[in-house]
This record gives sequence, structure tokens and C-alpha cells, in this order.
Amino acid sequence: MDIIKGVPLTSYILLCSILFAIGALGVLYRRNALVIFMCIELMLNAVNLLMVAFSRYFNDSNAQVFVFFIMAVAAAEVSVGLAILMMVYRNTKTTDIDALSKLKY
Amino acid sequence: MITQYLFYFLTFVAIFSALLVVFSKNPIYSALYLIVTFFATAGHYFLLNAQFLAAVHVIVYAGAIMVLFIYVIMMLNLNKEVEPHKSTMLKVAATVCGGVLGLVLVAGLRETELTALSEYSNPSIGLIERLGNVLFGTYMVPFEISAVLFLSAMVGAVFLSKKTIH
Repeated sequence: MDIIKGVPLTSYILLCSILFAIGALGVLYRRNALVIFMCIELMLNAVNLLMVAFSRYFNDSNAQVFVFFIMAVAAAEVSVGLAILMMVYRNTKTTDIDALSKLKY
Repeated sequence: MITQYLFYFLTFVAIFSALLVVFSKNPIYSALYLIVTFFATAGHYFLLNAQFLAAVHVIVYAGAIMVLFIYVIMMLNLNKEVEPHKSTMLKVAATVCGGVLGLVLVAGLRETELTALSEYSNPSIGLIERLGNVLFGTYMVPFEISAVLFLSAMVGAVFLSKKTIH
């Protein structure tokens, strides 16, 4: 059963490039720290998808294990990051990323 | 072919909802569109026959991470009114920068010539049996270290959200 035949790898590369660029655009475009987190997740997703496509192309399981580790690190990162965001909100009463430009509250 | 149509449909859904994540004014809409993007990505994993990763992706991202996001949005009471606004010039600059990054990536990778290696010959690559062998064979030590990472992340999150630190 080979369901991927007919879609060239270049399509996956282009899709992941576009998704990554959208994530980077979101980090630059938004000021809400929470949405910036979401855009970072979007970029990680693009990388993961490209890694899985390459692992399929090169017949290598190692890349999929790496994707698994990236997911684990992303989950840890989000839990700590959102805790920091809660602390920031408690002290500054805003989630605006520019409120942190002085490195103190 | 049906897989090609499915690929293009999932691609369209992923890119469209990713754009909506960036451009919707309300953070809760961003979170909901992000869930749509995650499901489209999980569909792509299924198309690539990486069934284990598709399941893990749905469980971890749509199940755990998005619940965290939505809880934080609820607790901070974020909505359209309290959304901080950037100046128009900064928005234009950000759009130009992101667009140029996307343009460079697409233009550079559009003509990539890939050596026809194995041409997707082994469909069992993403099944859980094969991945389990690799994960608990070669990558045993990183797997255990990631457990320590989770423990430290949990301790850090609890410590950071306690009320009485100053």
C-alpha cells in the first residue's frame, strides 16, 4: 500500500517553506505574546512535516524519531513559556510583547 | 488520483488557516484556527503513512498544547478589545519581511533536483513497530533524558506560576 505516489517531494518542500514563512510573518506581525507562541508552534510544525516527508523519501526511520523528540520539546517549551506569560501578565497587566522591552517590570 | 486531490485540499486548508492564525484580531480565533492547521498537518502525516506520528501529533498538539493555550486565554481574559495594536508602518514592514522570506525560500527551492533514491518504496517506515525498535534501541538515552526534561519543565512551570515569588 503506497498512498503517497503521485505527490512529488518538491510539493512538500514548497508547502513547508510557505508554512514556515507564515509562522515567521506572524512572529513579526503580532504583538500579543500568546499569538507569537502559536506562530512558533506553526514553524515547528512546518519543520516536522518536512522531516517526515524526507524520512519517507530516504526510507529512514530516524527522522521520525527526531520529530517525536521535537514534539516533546515543544510541549515542554509551551508549558514553561505559558507560565512565564502568566507571570508577565500578573506584573504588567498586559500580554503586549513591547512591555518587556526594558527587561524589568 | 485521490491522494493528489487530498494533498492539495489539505495543503489549502493548512495554509489558509495558518494565515488566519496570523491575521485574526481575536486570540481565541487564532487558537481555533491553529487547531485546524494541526489537523491538516495530521492529515499530511497520514498521507505520508506516518500513522504513529499522526496520532501523537493530534494527542500532543490538539489535545495538550491547545488546551494550555485556551486555558491561558480564558484566565487572562484576552479578547479583541485588549489586543495590543502595532503601528501601520510596523505591520507593513513585518508583512514585507515575512513575504520576502517566503519568496526567497520558494524561489530557491522551486527547482530542486532530487536524486531518485528509493521513491517511497517502503511503506512500513512510519508504523509503530519500526519506530519503537528505533526509539528504544538507538535513541534510548535521549528518550530517558526527555523524561528528565519533562520533569524539569513541570517543576519550572509550577514554580513560575506560584503567587508568592518576588
